[in-house]
Amino acid sequence: MSKIVMNSNAFMTRKDVVCFGVLAVLLLAVFPTVLDPFRLNLFGKYITYGFVALGLVLCWGDTGILSLGQGVFFGLGGYCMAMYLKLEASTVEATKIQSTPGIPDFMDWNQLTELPYIWKPFHHLGFAIVAIPLVPVVLALVIGFAMFKRRVGGTYFAIITQALASILTILIIGQQGYTGGVNGITDLRTLDGWDIRTDGAKLILYFGSAILLLASMVLAQFIRRSKLGRILVAMRDKEDRVRFSGYDVASFKIFVFCFAAALAGIGGAMFTLQVGFMSPSLVGIVPSIEMVIYCAVGGRTSIFGAIYGTLLVNYARTTFSEDLPQVWLFAMGALFIAVVMVFPDGLAGIYRRYVDPHVERLLGVTRKPAGQITTSDTASAVVE
Amino acid sequence: MLFGYSLGDLGSIMAMQGFAGLILFSVFLLMALGLAIIFGQMGVINMAHGEFMILGAYVTYLNSQAFTAWMPSMFAASFAVGIVFAFFAAGLAGMFVEWALIRHLYKRPLDTLLATWGLSLIMQQIFRSIFGAREVGVELPGWMMGSVSASASIDIPINGIIVMVLTLMITIAVYLLIFRSNWGKQVRAVVQNRGMASAVGIDTGRVDRYTFGIGCGIAGVAGSAFTMIGSTSPTAGQLYIVDTFLVVVFGGAGSLGGTIASAFTISQARSTLEFFLSGSMAQVVVLLAVVGILMLRPQGLFVLKVRR
Repeated sequence: MSKIVMNSNAFMTRKDVVCFGVLAVLLLAVFPTVLDPFRLNLFGKYITYGFVALGLVLCWGDTGILSLGQGVFFGLGGYCMAMYLKLEASTVEATKIQSTPGIPDFMDWNQLTELPYIWKPFHHLGFAIVAIPLVPVVLALVIGFAMFKRRVGGTYFAIITQALASILTILIIGQQGYTGGVNGITDLRTLDGWDIRTDGAKLILYFGSAILLLASMVLAQFIRRSKLGRILVAMRDKEDRVRFSGYDVASFKIFVFCFAAALAGIGGAMFTLQVGFMSPSLVGIVPSIEMVIYCAVGGRTSIFGAIYGTLLVNYARTTFSEDLPQVWLFAMGALFIAVVMVFPDGLAGIYRRYVDPHVERLLGVTRKPAGQITTSDTASAVVE
Repeated sequence: MLFGYSLGDLGSIMAMQGFAGLILFSVFLLMALGLAIIFGQMGVINMAHGEFMILGAYVTYLNSQAFTAWMPSMFAASFAVGIVFAFFAAGLAGMFVEWALIRHLYKRPLDTLLATWGLSLIMQQIFRSIFGAREVGVELPGWMMGSVSASASIDIPINGIIVMVLTLMITIAVYLLIFRSNWGKQVRAVVQNRGMASAVGIDTGRVDRYTFGIGCGIAGVAGSAFTMIGSTSPTAGQLYIVDTFLVVVFGGAGSLGGTIASAFTISQARSTLEFFLSGSMAQVVVLLAVVGILMLRPQGLFVLKVRR
């Protein structure tokens, strides 16, 4: 009799545990030993995009809501962190050559003489830490409430979130005195007295991001394995049937959109810490849609795939733009087309098809797990 | 007396500001018309629409270069020829894209969005490789430059008038094509019920290809018109794509009147606000207002009553 390890309600199958283990070893042991500090910091940056990709797996892969505004949430989280760090760097002593000491340098350049009200609470680290996930969630809540309650979805939702990315970028660039304009918030030094610019600090921040990402993945796995996760997939495939079964479809969508926003915000904050600046170039339309492609390349329905996809695409980008910048846009464009036309389930799909059977034989699993999710035939609903 | 202007001056400022808004309206409408066909009728999100527009602009540029080099005596006619070339170049490119890419994705609108975004990146890089990253300007024939003095203090630029006339002509043409011609009837039939349309003998694949091609061709004409008032660069298309989509969605997809009304509202609101606020804030306020209204009224301003 075949041995059935897979229980469809189990939180983690043996295979998931192995996948987690492999990723954890890779992030926490292999990368730190193999890569030099500069490369490791780059990978730390890629990991922060992984938070966004993880959110998109739940939001887009599972639920079928394509948000082209994840850069907005990434940016909001990053800016919350950057505002705190900037205030800490702008002490009265450090800025005494300015005409108004004690405010960030770019405010001084823009003839501001007083710290704006929205900046004031960011003197406190506690407030900043709460704001990092909360500000994106509140915005996502407002958007989600307005859109999903009216049954707006699919392409309309994508266009409107993209417009939001565009609006926030224009706003940040236009309001230089309050936001640092197109250069963003730069010259960040310490986190509560701890210098974040040293190699040692960057190593600690790398581990911090990696562990936080793994923890977020466990949480995402928990959601996906729960009944809630099943409802999300059901809504993607037959929204009306879920609605007629008595579920409040809009509330589930709002929840998953907010969850993705919070993850993106955390990613943005970790980005600011590791890279040392935040600018509108990470908020706009182009970064937002690229975050979607990270997720798509890895496999939009696999949390592991999304992380590997993020690392791979970003690594390729760094390598290409160092050597052959002209080729990179072609490669990126081709990647967008290929991921849609040729392999819609991404790396994870290729893995499931060609590698997984061998791994299963090794692990002694003789049955395909229930709840395989594919997206190739997903049609999304537009406004009804 | 206000801000040191006399009442007559203020009237002239308002008139010229209003006219600037009308030119913006024409460009918006030209771009939105192509999208209104592709997105409004076919439901396909074409993120590369801006790049088809830039393709038209570059074709116009090449055309004017060719006229300068080989037929300087005929230069006065160069622009009209440029528009025709732009239409066919962008249209044929569009038909090719539909055949290679879009037709496989009709059932997956979100994936179409990603694929066409990839297409737009590739097209941008092609433009950059051929024409360089710098902006190019098209030399206009003498009769299209200068301005008409409507009164002592009001000057109306001639190229603005030409853009508006062109927009008017193309709007009428699109209206006749979609709502009055036999072919438009086929397009609408395919959109509403593909299977049934096919059953009564409409070649749906062909209709799709031509619809997409004509939408892209109109984008090319928009690009051609765009060269009259601005210069062309490889990434210029991306700047307009969000605005254009919002125009179409705001007007209500599938409604030509809605597209016209929303292009008018958005462009006038923006050019009026630009007089009071900075340019970027005017853009933010208008975009936020549009998004806000769309959240309250997701179907857009005008809705075609269609039984689904």
